Order: sequence, then structure tokens, then C-alpha cells
Amino acid sequence: MLNKTLNISTSPHLKKGLSTPVIMQNVVWALLPAAAFAVYTFGLNAFFVIATATLTCVGTEHVLCKLSKKESTVGDWSAVITGILLGLTLPPSFPLWMAVFGGIIAIAVGKFAFGGLGFNVFNPALVGRAVLQAAFPVAITTWTPALLENRFSGVSSSTFALPFMEPVFDAMSGATPLSAFKFDHISADTFDLGMGLVSGSTGETSAVFIMLGGLYLIARKMMNWRIPAAIFSTVFLLSGLLYLINPEIYPTPQFMLFSGGLMLGAVFMATDMVASPMTSLGVWIYGAFIGGLVVVIRVWGGLPEGVMYAILLANALSPHIDNAIRPRVYGTSKRKKS
Amino acid sequence: MFRLQKNTFKHGIHPPECKDETKDLAIRQFPFSPVVILPLAQHIGAPSELLVREGQEVIRGQLLAKANGFVSVPLHAPVSGTIRKIKDVPTVSGQMVKGIFLEAFPSDTQEVWGGDPLDLDTASAEDILQGIQDAGIVGLGGAAFPTHVKLKIPEGKKCEYLILNGIECEPFLTTDHRVMLEQDEDIFMGIRYLMKATNAENVIIGIEANKQDAADYLKSKIPADLPVRIQVVPVKYPQGAEKMLITSILGKEVPSGGLPIDAGAVVVNVATVAEIGRLLPLGRGIQERVVTITGPAVKKKGNYLIPIGTPLRFVLEQVGVEENISEVYMGGPMMGVAVSNLDISITKGTSGILVFTDENTPKKEDKIYPCIRCGACVDACPISLLPLKLGTLAKHKSYDEMVDEYNLMDCFECGSCSYVCPSNIPLVQYFRQSKAIVRKRKSNK
Ligand code: SF4
Ligand code: SF4
Repeated sequence: MLNKTLNISTSPHLKKGLSTPVIMQNVVWALLPAAAFAVYTFGLNAFFVIATATLTCVGTEHVLCKLSKKESTVGDWSAVITGILLGLTLPPSFPLWMAVFGGIIAIAVGKFAFGGLGFNVFNPALVGRAVLQAAFPVAITTWTPALLENRFSGVSSSTFALPFMEPVFDAMSGATPLSAFKFDHISADTFDLGMGLVSGSTGETSAVFIMLGGLYLIARKMMNWRIPAAIFSTVFLLSGLLYLINPEIYPTPQFMLFSGGLMLGAVFMATDMVASPMTSLGVWIYGAFIGGLVVVIRVWGGLPEGVMYAILLANALSPHIDNAIRPRVYGTSKRKKS
Repeated sequence: MFRLQKNTFKHGIHPPECKDETKDLAIRQFPFSPVVILPLAQHIGAPSELLVREGQEVIRGQLLAKANGFVSVPLHAPVSGTIRKIKDVPTVSGQMVKGIFLEAFPSDTQEVWGGDPLDLDTASAEDILQGIQDAGIVGLGGAAFPTHVKLKIPEGKKCEYLILNGIECEPFLTTDHRVMLEQDEDIFMGIRYLMKATNAENVIIGIEANKQDAADYLKSKIPADLPVRIQVVPVKYPQGAEKMLITSILGKEVPSGGLPIDAGAVVVNVATVAEIGRLLPLGRGIQERVVTITGPAVKKKGNYLIPIGTPLRFVLEQVGVEENISEVYMGGPMMGVAVSNLDISITKGTSGILVFTDENTPKKEDKIYPCIRCGACVDACPISLLPLKLGTLAKHKSYDEMVDEYNLMDCFECGSCSYVCPSNIPLVQYFRQSKAIVRKRKSNK
């Protein structure tokens, strides 16, 4: 008895249950309600866009790993998140070949060029989306109205547009609530905004389902709640202030919160752990920066939407926030700076 | 201010406690093994210096080796018998050190060698420190640091608080819990000696909230003339670390690179105090200690009073373990050591023995993923280091930057960061290695 060789490991011999792939998987689950609702609202178009973006991202990750002779990292699920997120930010009738292009860019440029998972400075999905915005300004701002009768029976003609051909968009394109407000001062109903019954990107519109996913992740301690909290409160306070000053020209704070990509961006993109700061204080600053920038761009910028740029800028800032805000080490008198 | 009210330190983690199976089991005497094996290095500091030769007969309690300098303690015979061999023996760290094989006399009464009682009323502070060293006492919480060294108050410093560490924040371990419930008289006697040795006016016993029964019991037993206060603190790892305990109890921090006395405190493990209170009035040396033996593979789990030097193999045979054991830890699961063979013995620093089989090993070796900068390690580190940053620097061998910019040397290797890391990055291992390299470089200079 007792002659067996024993395993040796180093302490700690206990381990908290969470693992990186499990966290990533849960983010995917959390995104599904918003994605499913997008399909409900925008029909087959949305389904094809989200599926294409996701498959492209996963495929790109796999191929790039193989090309660089590394073990495939598809198993960590992070590419799936990038793909779904990218799909959710695209207009429903976005030409699929463009979505493929965006997916490749997101993974190859947004992630791989930096060294893969953990090293990306920017949220990869947003990198993909930003490049698409620059390359195809018309396609990415052509919207489909929500809840079209025939949304499950067919796809819009632009969806299967041939690569490098000018896509033809259906006659029935709708303006998003943000551009409607910006250019014509028409404010959408808060309920419609909250539910996502307006035109917009596939998954950006339903605040309710996005929040549901976010709350799930927060409850499972897989998301830093401070980031959306900081963004929302900044947006609310700032736009509330403007509204109080002049309700004629500035939208209500609830309109600001629920319109455009703010919800999706704040809950699922700004919270990308890799590209956000790591200390609590740093995260508050980061969130407030995003929130402030969103209001500034929306109110005074030339664009109807500002979430994407705000987050990308904040991503670039986050290493600097981390350097400036280092926790005070126990037993030392000062914070260290570098 | 804020922290004072919270009664605990910043950050930290909550591993599963796993104490239920042994916390209600009273301390039981363990049988004597036919042979005890006593390494001469059972404590931090210089190994004891041998006083006996092969073939010599010794009596239980007799001095086998004397202290070799100030940071060293003597070793006493835990059993009457014959010195069979003196040769190198393996220790838990994997190193070989000189050790004594002592074969017990069969059916001996095991009566203990009479000592030199230390009279509390007439003894001076120096006498007491000497007495503690002579008794071979080291920190029984697991650190095995010679206690008298800690109690020596440096010139110009004052010990305002004597803090007894009854935290026992490591999962599975329940020895201190039992000692507090069963050895109150020894503890209070020990406090009397220690108050005299340190001149402390306040005594605080820190106990985690999961041992409320021990706190209540001790409170009911505090002698009227002793200025002892019990302070219950929230359950959190690594609260048993001296610095964390001081912060929890006093709301102050020990300066970086400093000692508890720099915050006006001396911290001694509660079982160590009990041992002082038990041995000094008799003038005896330490011969046995309480060890929690538990884990899913152990049949008779419990808290046992085990003679120092009892071979681990004998211990496991006596308590009975599953056939297919795969991992054995000496100490707790957070900071204890996984042993590679069973030919080592119980030493003064052994606080627990945990046994697992393949199926129930708490942690399977897992794939390491890249750091996703989730910040969990930052939130866990009790001294607010940036483990992820230190981890990256360790990989690049940027040791100077680790020390100068990121306070590597303040890391006390509690393992909280590794525990929470979802990517399985062996952070604390990196830090142990880095610290060792830094120290070596320094000593080479
Ligand atoms: S092992 Fe060191 S770095 Fe990690 S949590 Fe503990 S003290 Fe902090
Ligand atoms: S816990 Fe692990 S994955 Fe998370 S930031 Fe720290 S090192 Fe990186």
C-alpha cells in the first residue's frame, strides 16, 4: 500500500472555477437574446448578416493560427464573440460579402496583428466595423425598417450583392431614430427604442435584450458592471443637463440612452476586458470618457452616432489610464507612477 | 477609517472552507510510530546542532540537538528510544538534510524527562525569551519561524499590541480552532509569559467569523486580570498573514519591507502561544503538535496530537487512506506543499495533511490561456500589486522593473492571484522564482 507515485503541483492547490473559455462562452450566451431578437425584428436579413460575420471570424482565426503554425485558438470562443458583435453592429440588409470582409479585418487586423487574444489594444469587432464604415459608407448607413411583413419570406436584394458591385438597396429604407433626430428633430418613442422596434443595426436596437444579457454576465461576475454604469450615468447626466438648458434643440436623456449603439457598445464592447483598464478607478474614468464623448459627438459632431469612435478612442487611452492610476501598494505611502 | 469599520483588509479571496468534517472533532492522541525521523532543520534559520551519537539511548524530552545561533532552536526527543542512524533525510521542500532516526523502546511508559520550570513571577523578559528558545518553539501556524526571534523587541520600538493569530484562513485546517476550544488555560498562561516578554499592554485574539464558537468560548474564559480582547473578523483569505491580520485588527498597515513591530504589534499564532503556556511552566521542550488530517481520501479524519518526527507513511496507514491516492499536501491547500514521497515526517511546522485521489483532486492541471486582462488578480491581491503586469515582466525576465516599479518583493506568495486567474496563469510560481532570482543576484553582488 501507498507506493503509488504522487502528483506534485505547486500551491495554490485550489482553483476558482471560472476559466477563460467558460467566461467567453457565457458572453456568447448573453449575446444570444439580442441576436435572436434582431432576427425577429429584421428577419432573414439579420440572420444572414450575423451568421456570416460569426463564421468569418471563427474561420479567419482558425486559418491564421494554422498559417502561423500555432495551435488553433478557436476553442477559447473569443472569435465567436467578435463575430456576433460585428454582425450586431451591421445594418440588416448589409451585403454579405462586405460582412465577410469586415470579419476578416476584425480578426486579422483587430486581433491577430496585435498578437492574438489578450494583446489586442482595440475591441476587434469595432476595428472591423470602423474599417467597413470607411470603406462602404453608403451600405453601412442604409437601414431597413423594423418588423417588415415579408421579413421571413425573403431577403433584401442588397444582401447577396456580388462583391465589388454597387449594391442595390430596396426602396424602403428607413432613417434611424438618431439621424431622424439629428437632421429633422423627430424623436422616437422611448418604448419603441427600448424594445428595438425601430430601424438600426441588427442588434443595436433592443435595449431590453442587451441589458438582459448584461445583467446575466454581471450576476455571474463575468463582466465589470462599473463600465456600463459609468457610461450610462455620464450620458444621462450630461444629456440631462443639456436638455434642461434647452429642450428645443437637445434630445431627452432617455432618448440618448436608448438610441443607436449606446446600449450594445456600453454593455458588450466597452466591457471587453482586454481593451479596458483593470483598476476600479481606472474603469470609472474610462467609462465616463466614453459617455462624455458619445454625447459630444452626437450633439456637436457631424455624425448621428458616436459610440464606436468613443469606445475606440477610450481603448487607445486605457493603457495610459492603467499607467496613471496604479493602486497604492500596501504599506507604501504613495501611488507609483511611471 | 473606512477600513477600521470593515474590520478587514482590502481585496483577498473566498475559497471554499471545507472545515466542517473536522472542526467538531476533538484533538486525539496519535500512537507512537516504531521509528521517528527528525530532520535537524525543522525551522527557518540555522539547523540545530547535533548532541547525540548513533547507538545512544535517549529519554523522551531529552535534548537531541541544540540551537545553532540566535535564529535557531533546539530539538528534543519526542519518544524514549535508541538513536539508530544519523544520516540525510528528505524534507517537505525536497531537499535532503541531516536527520536522526530514533527507534522507540517497545512498551515504554514514555515518561517525560523533567525540565527546568520557568517561574513566571521571577523570570525577566530575557529569561522568557531564552525559555521559549530552549523549548524549541517555532511558529506552529506553518511558517516555523523561531518564536523568540519575533518576540525580541528591537531597541527603540515598542510593542503596543500582542496579537494572537487564531484566524486559520486556510481551507481544511482546524487545528487552531480545536486548540482554542480545548486549551484555553494554556493559551492564557502563554499570554502571561508573552506579555512579560514583550511588555505589551493590550492583547487581542483575532478569530475568523467561522469560528464564532471558539471566540465565544475564549471570551467566557478570559481571566479577570488579563487585558485580553477577542476580535472576530470576516472570513477571508489570506487573513492569517501577519500583515493582513494587523490591518484587519488595528486598521493600520505594516510599512513595505517592515515588520509588524513597525506598526507596534507582535503577532503570534494561537497554538504557539498555547504551547508556550503548556511547556514553560514545566521547562520542557516541544515534542508533539496538533495536525489536521483530512481530505476526501482519508478514512479517519481528525485533529491529532502527533509526535514530531512521525513518518508520513505511518500517519496515513494509521488513519487509513484510499488505495488510489494521488496528491498529498503538507499544510493547507493555498500555501501548502504537495509532497513527492511519503518518506518524510511530521515536523514542527506541519499544520495539516490533506490527501486526495485522482477523482477528487481539487484542481486538475489545465491548459494555460493568454491573460485576458480581466483584472481578477488585481482585485484579489491583498497588497494591491498588479499580478498580471508582474507576470508579463517575469516572462520577459525584467526582474529589475518588477522590483523597482511593481513592488515584487512585497508579494508574500499567498497565491490569491493564481487562485482567481481564469486563464490558469501560474502567477505565484512566477513570483516565487523571480524573487529567488532577485535574492540570489543580490547575494552575489
Ligand atoms: S501571491 Fe503575491 S501577487 Fe499574488 S495575490 Fe498574493 S501577494 Fe499578491
Ligand atoms: S487574473 Fe489572469 S487573466 Fe485575469 S488579468 Fe490576472 S493574469 Fe490576466
